[in-house]
Amino acid sequence: MPIERPKLATGVRLHHDRVREQHVLLFPEGALVLNETAVEVLELCDGERSLDDIAGVLGERYEGADVKDDVSELLDGIGERGLVVDADG
Amino acid sequence: MADALATAEPEVITIGNPLLLIAELTYRCPLHCPYCSNPTDIGADRYQDELPAEDWQRVFREAADLGVLQLALTGGEPMARKEIVDLVTTSTESGLYSTLVTSAMPFPKRRVEALHAAGLDHVQISFQHSDPVAADEIGGTIAFERKVKAAALTRELDFPLTVNCVLHRRNIDEVESIIQMAERLGARRLELANTQYHGWALLNRDALMPTRAQLEHGEEVVLRERERLGPKMEILWVLPDYYEEVPKPCMGGWAHDAILVQPNGDVLPCQAAASIPGLEPENVRDRGLKEIWFESDLFNAFRGTAWMQEPCRTCPINRQHEDFGGCRCQALALTGDAAATDPVCQFSPHHQVITDARREVAEPAPAGAEAVAGELPFVYRDLIRS
Repeated sequence: MPIERPKLATGVRLHHDRVREQHVLLFPEGALVLNETAVEVLELCDGERSLDDIAGVLGERYEGADVKDDVSELLDGIGERGLVVDADG
Repeated sequence: MADALATAEPEVITIGNPLLLIAELTYRCPLHCPYCSNPTDIGADRYQDELPAEDWQRVFREAADLGVLQLALTGGEPMARKEIVDLVTTSTESGLYSTLVTSAMPFPKRRVEALHAAGLDHVQISFQHSDPVAADEIGGTIAFERKVKAAALTRELDFPLTVNCVLHRRNIDEVESIIQMAERLGARRLELANTQYHGWALLNRDALMPTRAQLEHGEEVVLRERERLGPKMEILWVLPDYYEEVPKPCMGGWAHDAILVQPNGDVLPCQAAASIPGLEPENVRDRGLKEIWFESDLFNAFRGTAWMQEPCRTCPINRQHEDFGGCRCQALALTGDAAATDPVCQFSPHHQVITDARREVAEPAPAGAEAVAGELPFVYRDLIRS
């Protein structure tokens, strides 16, 4: 089931690892290294914006590109691990 | 060939930065679990001089500078340190992801609220069994109902909760009811950790070790319950290495990912490393964490592969870069030599100590005055005993 209004699950947070110079998602007993795109998406996952809102913001940032499928795929992947949840769910 | 060996370049080892700091804040604990991972000499003088809070706070900042991402606040019972809230505040300020690894005794509401306000990220509560009477018998104290209340409090405050249950022959048959208990408690994660036989658990090995049939049943239940629960609750199943034919990559490799500080400030690569003779741990009161991580003899003793003996050195299945020869402390405890191949390995000349231990538990439990309900008695963890 696609996530409509994504937010980071409780106990999950974004962190900049200044020693290794990379962004990571921190959660109980784990860390996930993020690429730039994932960071941009996750920063917008505030539980207020919908998937369309997020795709809209990023599309504008990248000159009108249609990024909805990419955003959805990324969030599904992270959602499968229980790290992103639906604010409406 | 001898010439080639003699002129071989010395091994170049790239030392990465640690990801995890295990902070053993104290060895005081209200529980007496017979499989405790603390050293068996926790009552010794060397552990009584606990590191002051300001030293811990410096250590947390140094750890963050060194690249540590995760902080485990553990013990003993970390809530026994009255400065626990200040310690969490410093952890949060340093950007560390903090986990309180607790027996939940004590777990007073106002203090837990203060921990939440200080930015504690995650709580892990130990349970000994899903049955209250059996749980309290294993832990050696009345605790079960208080743990259930503590778990409810963590959910009320919206902490992510991990339930940890160490498995052994007296509770592994109830793994389904343990999983369902964790689900009722609202746990996000459940760690089902089959006992690793170090420290207190090695003393109690025969009383703790399950039979192969018990393990197989447990694993079957875990696979089925994982399917049912999906992402709602993650179930971690830690393999019991006595029933493996290849050793586990202990701690992800010696001094590779984790750094552990004992209550007195001694710095080790794992819970049991203080048992290795001839390698004195350095102390955070004398030296910075970074210098200890990169330079101390103890941390460098078993990095890379050059220290390995046969059969690891020319491993028949070329697995030495994957399992790093197994656990150094287990090698020491069972063979007397910390640089030997972990006897769990089928190629170890000492592998028989493992197969003998398995064979003993495969036989019916002894009957008689010694046995409690057909089981061997536990030696309970105690400060005084040591």
